[in-house]
Amino acid sequence: MGVAVIGASMTKFGQRDAWIQDLLAQAGEECLDDAGVTPTDVEHLYVSNMASGEFEGQTGVMNALAHDLGVLPAYSERVDQTSSSGGAGIYEAWQSVASGASEMTLLVGGEKMTHKTTGEATDIIASITHPAEYKHGVTLPSFAGMTARHYLERFDAPREALARVAVKNHRNGVDNPNAQFQKEITVEQALDSPIIADPLRLYDFCPITDGSAAMMFTTEERAAEIADEYAVVSGIGGATDTHVVHEREDPTVMGGVVESSKEAYEMSGLSPEDLDVAELHDMFTILEFLQLEGIGVADQGTAWEMAMDGATAKDGELPINTSGGLKSKGHPLGASGVAQGVEIYEQLVGEAGPRQIDAETALACNVGGFGNCVITTIMEAAE
Amino acid sequence: MTLEGGKCPNGHVSYPTHPRCPECGEPQEETFDFSDERGEVVTWTTSTATPPGVRQPNTLAIVEFDVDGDAVRALGQVTTDDVETGDEVEPVYVEELRDPDVGLKRENPESQEWGGYRWDPV
Repeated sequence: MGVAVIGASMTKFGQRDAWIQDLLAQAGEECLDDAGVTPTDVEHLYVSNMASGEFEGQTGVMNALAHDLGVLPAYSERVDQTSSSGGAGIYEAWQSVASGASEMTLLVGGEKMTHKTTGEATDIIASITHPAEYKHGVTLPSFAGMTARHYLERFDAPREALARVAVKNHRNGVDNPNAQFQKEITVEQALDSPIIADPLRLYDFCPITDGSAAMMFTTEERAAEIADEYAVVSGIGGATDTHVVHEREDPTVMGGVVESSKEAYEMSGLSPEDLDVAELHDMFTILEFLQLEGIGVADQGTAWEMAMDGATAKDGELPINTSGGLKSKGHPLGASGVAQGVEIYEQLVGEAGPRQIDAETALACNVGGFGNCVITTIMEAAE
Repeated sequence: MTLEGGKCPNGHVSYPTHPRCPECGEPQEETFDFSDERGEVVTWTTSTATPPGVRQPNTLAIVEFDVDGDAVRALGQVTTDDVETGDEVEPVYVEELRDPDVGLKRENPESQEWGGYRWDPV
């Protein structure tokens, strides 16, 4: 059964006073309104969230949201796949409609993080690592530092290329009113910012963020009846790589990106050349290169050239992260994959405002851990 | 004190050990200790933003060991901040790599080991 997206919303990302239950409800309500769906029509509700228990001491968020939105007695479930919980939520929502189990599925992703110190938030995220890694004090940023060094040394790529990813995504974020940062930066600022995980500096990293995002899924048949504009999920794939990062054969290959995008291309009958726009999981600047290579847009060791020659800019041959990406828009863990879906939906139905580009086909790649779990989604504008 | 890797009947090796071989799914029936070996730094970083209970800065490296012809990689702290890719290192045992009494696992520090090996440039 064909699956369509008929509505989307996201809250302002950044430092928010609201706690998780209210953040989720805000995006959920706005999505119901955007889709023109009555709460009681919702048959399945998925809530993407990595760690509300660890961050806030609040568990059972799917039940809380179902009650708050008046979607009872809908089936509800919390989806945790660490940083790719949002993408995994898209996968669950797609499955629920494609299987015929639900005709109207609401997906809401959210995280409340900024009340913790940077060290505490980093520790919660680092707890996804294997105990043999965790005891050494490894953090996700330090994995990024080691991988970036290996990439730059092995492929003789200039350090400036990473800074250009940050500059581009900050530029894109200026046009996104929901982005945490709506501020341009320069290559010099990025290269002069404090070292966080050598050779990566402050501007190579996404911030810690509060926020929520939501999407409404239904069948293509129902969408054609009730929606003026909608998008179709034409391909989706999910894959898992090693838990222990150093056990991967090649540190510069994100196996989960390769495998999940292969599945998504096969299902949709599309190839990398068909993409008009993509949202990639730029939690760290280096990840934009590894994903461009993983999804088959660039050969291994060459994606940095796209950043240098502007190919991934909004007016380039394949705009990447028109939303501002995680880098500028922010990264509220469970919300991020859903917010990627919101951006490509808005691009496909012509609701992206100043960020709008001419797009018929779009891809979103959501990465959990350091490539440990990956969901790739391809959506197309409805005919 | 051992730096213990696992080996399956098909000869695949890994560090750390797993109940089943990550490559072929066969049980890892053998273990091997490579704490007396020397290895080569594949890549490294110095992390300046470390979680509670972790030294700051924290220099980490992925090191590759040749164990009877098999390449085995391991992540670990480095004894110094002065390290380069390609450096030869040897493992040295440290009883507590980070303070288990602070941070997320402080309520249940017995859930994992906290001792292990740092890489010392030769």
